[in-house]
Amino acid sequence: MLSRTAENLYWLARYVERAEYLARTIDATLRVTALPATYIGKTNEWDSALLTAGVAASFYQQYQEANEANVVDYLSFSASNPSSIRNCIEAARLNSRSVRTALTSEMWDTINSAWIELQEVWSKGTSTREELAKFLRFVQETSLRFDGSAYRTMLRNDAYWFSRLGLHLERADNTARILDVKYHVLLPEEEHVGGPLDFYQWSSILRSVSALTAYHWVYRETLKPWLIADLLILNDTLPRSLASCYGNLVRNLDQIGVAYGRQGPAQRHARGIRNRLEHSNMNDIFQHGVHEFIQEFIADNSRLGEIVTKQYLI
Amino acid sequence: MAVAFDEMNIPGGDLRPAYQELARWIKETPPEALEYRRQEAELLFRRIGITFAVYGEAESTERLIPFDVIPRIMSGKEWALLEKGLKQRVRALNMFLRDIYHGRDILRAEVVPDDLIFQNPVFRPEMNGQQVPHDVYVHIAGIDIVRVDAEDFIVLEDNARTPSGVSYMLENREIMMRLFPDLFARHRVAPVERYPDELLSALRSVAPQGASGEPTVALLTPGVYNSAYYEHSFLADKLGIELVEGRDLIIKNNEVFMRTTEGLKRVDVIYRRVDDDFIDPLTFRPDSVLGVPGLMSAYAAGNITLANAVGTGIADDKAIYSYMPDIVKFYLGEEPILKNVPTWRCREPKDLAYVLDNLGELVVKEVHGSGGYGMLIGPAATKATIEAFREKLKREPEGFIAQPTLALSTCPTCTASGLAPRHVDLRPFVLTGSKTTTIVPGGLTRVALKEGSLVVNSSQGGGTKDTWILDE
Repeated sequence: MLSRTAENLYWLARYVERAEYLARTIDATLRVTALPATYIGKTNEWDSALLTAGVAASFYQQYQEANEANVVDYLSFSASNPSSIRNCIEAARLNSRSVRTALTSEMWDTINSAWIELQEVWSKGTSTREELAKFLRFVQETSLRFDGSAYRTMLRNDAYWFSRLGLHLERADNTARILDVKYHVLLPEEEHVGGPLDFYQWSSILRSVSALTAYHWVYRETLKPWLIADLLILNDTLPRSLASCYGNLVRNLDQIGVAYGRQGPAQRHARGIRNRLEHSNMNDIFQHGVHEFIQEFIADNSRLGEIVTKQYLI
Repeated sequence: MAVAFDEMNIPGGDLRPAYQELARWIKETPPEALEYRRQEAELLFRRIGITFAVYGEAESTERLIPFDVIPRIMSGKEWALLEKGLKQRVRALNMFLRDIYHGRDILRAEVVPDDLIFQNPVFRPEMNGQQVPHDVYVHIAGIDIVRVDAEDFIVLEDNARTPSGVSYMLENREIMMRLFPDLFARHRVAPVERYPDELLSALRSVAPQGASGEPTVALLTPGVYNSAYYEHSFLADKLGIELVEGRDLIIKNNEVFMRTTEGLKRVDVIYRRVDDDFIDPLTFRPDSVLGVPGLMSAYAAGNITLANAVGTGIADDKAIYSYMPDIVKFYLGEEPILKNVPTWRCREPKDLAYVLDNLGELVVKEVHGSGGYGMLIGPAATKATIEAFREKLKREPEGFIAQPTLALSTCPTCTASGLAPRHVDLRPFVLTGSKTTTIVPGGLTRVALKEGSLVVNSSQGGGTKDTWILDE
C-alpha cells in the first residue's frame, strides 16, 4: 500500500485513541476534584491533568491558572492546542478523508458522524457539567465504535496492522505518561500513606485507563500502589498495560514482516522492549526507580514510532 | 427568449410517454412523503460525505450539492440518438488532437485558423510529435448537452480536460434506489453501475507498450482540499486503484513509481485529475507542489499514459468550439449529429458588427475565461454594464465569442411551493479506450433550482437529479 495511506491510518488510530484518553483524563479529574478538600490534599489535579496530556508548557503560555474551566477548555475545545480533543477529532476526520479508500464504510461513518455531531459542541462549548459529561461520554463512545468497526470490518492486511500499530503505540504512551505524572503517589514512603487521599488518587489513575474494575478482578485486593503499578506495567491481561501494548505491537509488526517477507529495525526494536518488560518484576522496577523506568520506556516507545515511520511510512 | 421546452408536459395538457408512469406515481404520493424522502436523501449525502469545497470560503467549508428527488427521464430512442452523436463528437475531438500535435492537415486545409491554435495558451508545444498510445487523447469526456426542443441535442461545451461529476451520477442512482424502490419497480431504468468497470478497462487498454500484462493504474488527485476530492476518492475506491498525490510519485530512469510500504512500485497509467499547468513543475508551472517533477520526461519516453493526455484543452477551448461542426465534417466526412449553439466569433468583422448591434440579447463570453467569469449576459445586464462591455469588446474583439441566450429545457422539480419546472442540462461521460468508445446510459443532470435561473453550476445554487434512460 501507499506509504502515505499507511501513515494516515497509523495517525488516524493515534488521534482517536488520544481523544479517548483525554476524555478519560478529564472525566477522572472531575471526579477527584469533586471530593471535599481533605480528601485530595494540596496537589492541583488540573495541573496534573495537563501534565499527563503533555501540554502543560503550551497551556501556561495562554492561561495564568490551571483550574477546571481553563483546563477543560484547553484539553477539550481549544483550537490552538494541537492535541485537544477537538483537534484530534478534526485531524482524525482529515486523515480519514485522505484514506477513505482504505477505510471500511463503518469506520468512515463513525468518524464522519462524530465530526458532524461535534461541530455544534465546538461552536457552543458545554455550559453545564451534564453537557460536559455527555460530551466526554460521546468521545469515548466514538473511540469504542471506531475501534470496534475496525476490528469487525477491516480486512486483516497491512492496512489493519498499521492502524493497530498507531493504536497501541499511542495507548502505551498514554499509560506510561499517567504513571509518570502520578508516580509520586504510588511511592509508599510519602507521608500520607494509605490515607483517603491516596485511595482517591489511585482510583483516579485506574479510572483514567478504565482499569478500576479490572484491578479488583485481577488482585481481589484493596488498592495498593505496588499492585497498581504491576497491573499497568506488567500485567499483559490488561489491554492498556505496557506489556499488553507491546505484545500487540510485536505481533502486528511480525504480521507486516511476514506479509512483506522482510523484517527490519522496527521489529527488532519492538521485540527488545517487549523482552525487557517480560523479564522485569515490580521489585526491580521500584529498586531502579519508577520514574526512571517509565522515562526510559517513554523514550523507547517514541523511538519505535520514529523507526516505524522511517521503515514504512515515508 | 423563447418558451422553454418542457420535458414532461406537452403543451395542451398531455404527457410525454417517458414521464407517464412518473406522473401517476407523483399523483399517488403525498407531498409530505416526498419532503420526507428529500430530507432522508440529504442526510445520506452528508453521512457518506458527498460534499464539495467552495473556494474562497472559510476553511473546512464543505457543502452539499442539493439533490432533487424527481428523476429526469429520457426515452431509449432519444438516448440512442444522443449516444450516436456523442460518440461521433468524441471521435472527432480525438482525431483533431492527433492532427494538431502531428500533421496539422486541418490547418493546411484552412478549416481552423492557425493563430487560434498557436497563440492559444492551452496549446502545448511539448506535445508536438508526441506519440500517445492508440492515439487516444481524450479518454474521459464530459460533454455538456442542453435541449431546446424535442428533436435536437445541443452541445454547450466539450469538456476534454478533467471533467468531473460522474460520482454524482453514480451516487444519485444509489440513493434513489434506496429511497424509491417502488418507483424503480414501475420503470425499466438502464443501469449505470458498470461505469467504474468500463473506466478501468478503458484505462488499462491504453497502457504503454512496456507495461506488464496487468498494468498498474493510479488516480492522481490534487489532495483533500480540492473541490472534487470526494469524487477522486470515490472513483479510486470503485476502481480498486491507488489514490495518489504528487508527493506519492517519483520518477526514476524516466519511469513512474509510487512510494509504498514495500518500496517503490511502477505505475503504468495515471488517471490524472490535476490540470496540465500543475502536473510537472519542471515543464509547466514551477511553483506547483501538486505535480510530479519529471513526469513529462517519463511521458515523452513513452513509459506512462496520462488520461486525459496533456494538451487536450486545445480541443474544448471556447475559440475552437464554434469550429466543431466543421471539425466533425473534416475528419469523419459526416454531418454532425449534435448541434452547436450558434456562435458569433467577434474576431470576424461581420460577426462583431452583429454582436455590437445586439448586445442586449446575447451572451458574450471570454474565449479563455471559465466558470462564468468575464461574461456578459445581455438580457440580465444593466445599460451601463453593456456599454462598458461594448468598449472592452471593441478593444479586443478576438478575445470574445457571443451566443444567443438559450431557453434550456425544464423538468419537474421539488420547490418550496410544490413541483415546478426548472431548467436542466446534462453531462454524459464518454469513455474511449484502445478499441471501444462506451457511454453509460444517462449522465449527470444539473438543475437550476432558482425559478427562471439558467445557471446550473453547483457553486451558484445549482442542484442535481438522477437521470433515467428507459430501456424499452
